[in-house]
Amino acid sequence: MTTHAVIELVAFLAVLLTLGPPLGGYVARVLDGRPTWMGRVLGPFERVVYRLAGVQPEVESGWRRYALGMLLLNFAGLLSLYALQRLQAVLPLNPQHLPAVSPYLSFNTAVSFATNTNWQSYSGETTLSYLVQMAGLTVQNFLSAASGIAVLAALIRGLARHSAGTIGNFWVDLTRVTLYVLLPLAAVLTLALVSQGVVQTLAPTHAVALVQPVTGAGGGTVTVQHIAVGPAAAQVAIKQLGTNGGGFYNTNSAHPLENPTPLSNFLELLAILLIPVALCFAFGEMVADRRQGWAVFAAMGLLFLLFVVTCLVSEQAGNPRIAALGVDLRAGALQPGGNMEGKEARFGIAGSAIWATATTAASNGSVNAMHDSFMPLGGLVPMLLMQLGEVVFGGVGSGLYGMLMFVIAAVFISGLMVGRTPEYLGKKIGAFEMKMASLVILIPPLTVKIGTAIAVSAAAGRAGVLNPGAHGFSEVLYAFSSVANNNGSAFAGLTTNTPFYDLALGLAMLVGRYWLAVPTLAIAGSLAAKKKLPAGAGTLPTHTPLFVLLLVATVLVVGALALFPALALGPIVEHLMVAGAR
Amino acid sequence: MRTESRPALVLLLIFTVLTGGVYPLVLTGVAKLVFPRQAEGSLIVHDGRAVGSRLVGQPFSAPRYFWGRLSATTPVPFDASASSGSNLGPLHPALFDAARARIAALRAADPTARGPVPVDLVTASGSGLDPHVSPAAAEYQVARVARARGLSPAEVRAIVSRHTEGRSFGLLGEPRVNVLETNLALDDLARPGAAR
Repeated sequence: MTTHAVIELVAFLAVLLTLGPPLGGYVARVLDGRPTWMGRVLGPFERVVYRLAGVQPEVESGWRRYALGMLLLNFAGLLSLYALQRLQAVLPLNPQHLPAVSPYLSFNTAVSFATNTNWQSYSGETTLSYLVQMAGLTVQNFLSAASGIAVLAALIRGLARHSAGTIGNFWVDLTRVTLYVLLPLAAVLTLALVSQGVVQTLAPTHAVALVQPVTGAGGGTVTVQHIAVGPAAAQVAIKQLGTNGGGFYNTNSAHPLENPTPLSNFLELLAILLIPVALCFAFGEMVADRRQGWAVFAAMGLLFLLFVVTCLVSEQAGNPRIAALGVDLRAGALQPGGNMEGKEARFGIAGSAIWATATTAASNGSVNAMHDSFMPLGGLVPMLLMQLGEVVFGGVGSGLYGMLMFVIAAVFISGLMVGRTPEYLGKKIGAFEMKMASLVILIPPLTVKIGTAIAVSAAAGRAGVLNPGAHGFSEVLYAFSSVANNNGSAFAGLTTNTPFYDLALGLAMLVGRYWLAVPTLAIAGSLAAKKKLPAGAGTLPTHTPLFVLLLVATVLVVGALALFPALALGPIVEHLMVAGAR
Repeated sequence: MRTESRPALVLLLIFTVLTGGVYPLVLTGVAKLVFPRQAEGSLIVHDGRAVGSRLVGQPFSAPRYFWGRLSATTPVPFDASASSGSNLGPLHPALFDAARARIAALRAADPTARGPVPVDLVTASGSGLDPHVSPAAAEYQVARVARARGLSPAEVRAIVSRHTEGRSFGLLGEPRVNVLETNLALDDLARPGAAR
């Protein structure tokens, strides 16, 4: 690890830790329905929204109705995005006259954005019109993120309340999060990104004369470069803030018009983890015990550090077989060195490896370097972070509610060890909560393994693989790990815009999102109804370093054990092959 | 079910208009006012016509120009209408073929070039459109470019350093040379009177 990497990492964490707690306090105020300064500006609009939608903001619901609202909104969003893609040829704001998107790809992309996965089977600049990017992708970026935060808010209320029959009003949570948290942050970030050179325009593709004409594939001379532009910055801002991650361009945030400078890279990186980190502190605020928020944050932070260092070291070491060709991989004042395949010169190793860890720790999935070309252990880091269930900060809302399921598992395990009834924040953890938490923890790895097994057994699945050998297996394993945990990043050598993958990955995304969100809401409802017990001598405190370590161990043991055999067949065997070449 | 359907549909509609229409369009307008050049793609206008974007690389293979990163876009390298990385894993034979071909081309264009080649010159960028190379990669090519243009290495280095950016705030990112801007400046030097 270079000194520069340490500096960049420390700067990133310092800014994150400075902004996280105050933003968390603000989000808690928004979710509690308390007045905010944004509320003074947009309050009248909020009330108009409720009137038009027939929502009574003061009426809360139980978990079933709350879940129904979320499912209906997401389903309607999915249908709307599907229709926009199928009809884009006849709709306005399509300056490149792109044809309708195929039914399979439209399904995949619609599911991808409704579920906050934002897997890219599509290739932005060659497939989607400006209208689809704006009224389709951007809208779902907002709503899927707000849905995730809403589910989390319901779970936190379940923990904070006692003997209650309701867990909040989904429509109010959705509206307030969108208006008061996501929209203002996205607007500010958009302008900051444009200042750095991220495009934001409705103009069609530019044609410029090449300084040195080149010979094209057919032998003819190519003299013109076509530079695709569009309303990218507004989409990119919310894609990072909402842990969505689906790019405006095919190569996502590696594209110089989507992420042009080290500063834009830093701001986008910050935006990836900002809200997930802030939600830890919002949680502490809402359960009236800030130490609980810090404890969860500490567990996530420890896991993050462990992974980011692994990724940095592996990528900086570089590819010994490339070095053997007479290539200089050493880091120095004049070059980043290391494994530069698939990385951009302006980000180097540090900027790419920190991003790869952050984007898969959060269920963001945007990339600024091609993960497929990472060294085996460097690529194992993003893969394993997804396989742990996207709980190391995770998706906005979904990461923390996923982690709280691990908290429930951890107090249950420790309760078994000392022979006491497990409880968390004064709530008895009963058989029902454990069953639901087990579902949330076990469904994603199950989906990953079944999906991967089917894909590598089927000819249609193997057909998409680019790299030979163990790496090809890694490409498939990565794809299912990504979609079943709603991340969306890829080992992009895998060709997934085929009917087989569009459908298989689309189904995995649906399972990975809703089969977790609904059991989580069920737990919220069940916990809300329980009485609050005073802490006694036998209560395991959940804010201590001991508990933080127990939580980290639970995540690592459960998550890693579930997928270790599969990892052994992919990145681990490949690592041994690369190392053997030394 | 019916009581929840109305808010679902109405809120989707309202937020489609707000976050899918008002939000991107208002910001497009503000961006056009405040950052007109950046919002359009940071185009370089030369003699009244656009010759590229300072953020998007172009392919170079002539000895008199600095060369950039390898580009995996198809059908031509640096195709800015369809960005793409190579996605080659660390053991893929094509990865080594591409690196060997680039090393051979560098040596063919400058038989005096010795020493190990900087890694970013033999690897493909993530986007396929990387506008930069490392200062080490530029330095590796200075002698060749100087000879091909009949300039002294010092003159070429002076132009390279004018188009070299350091780390932002001394902290973020990597030092880098903008290949297209450097090459345009070299071409300008060759045209008397056309100072930029």
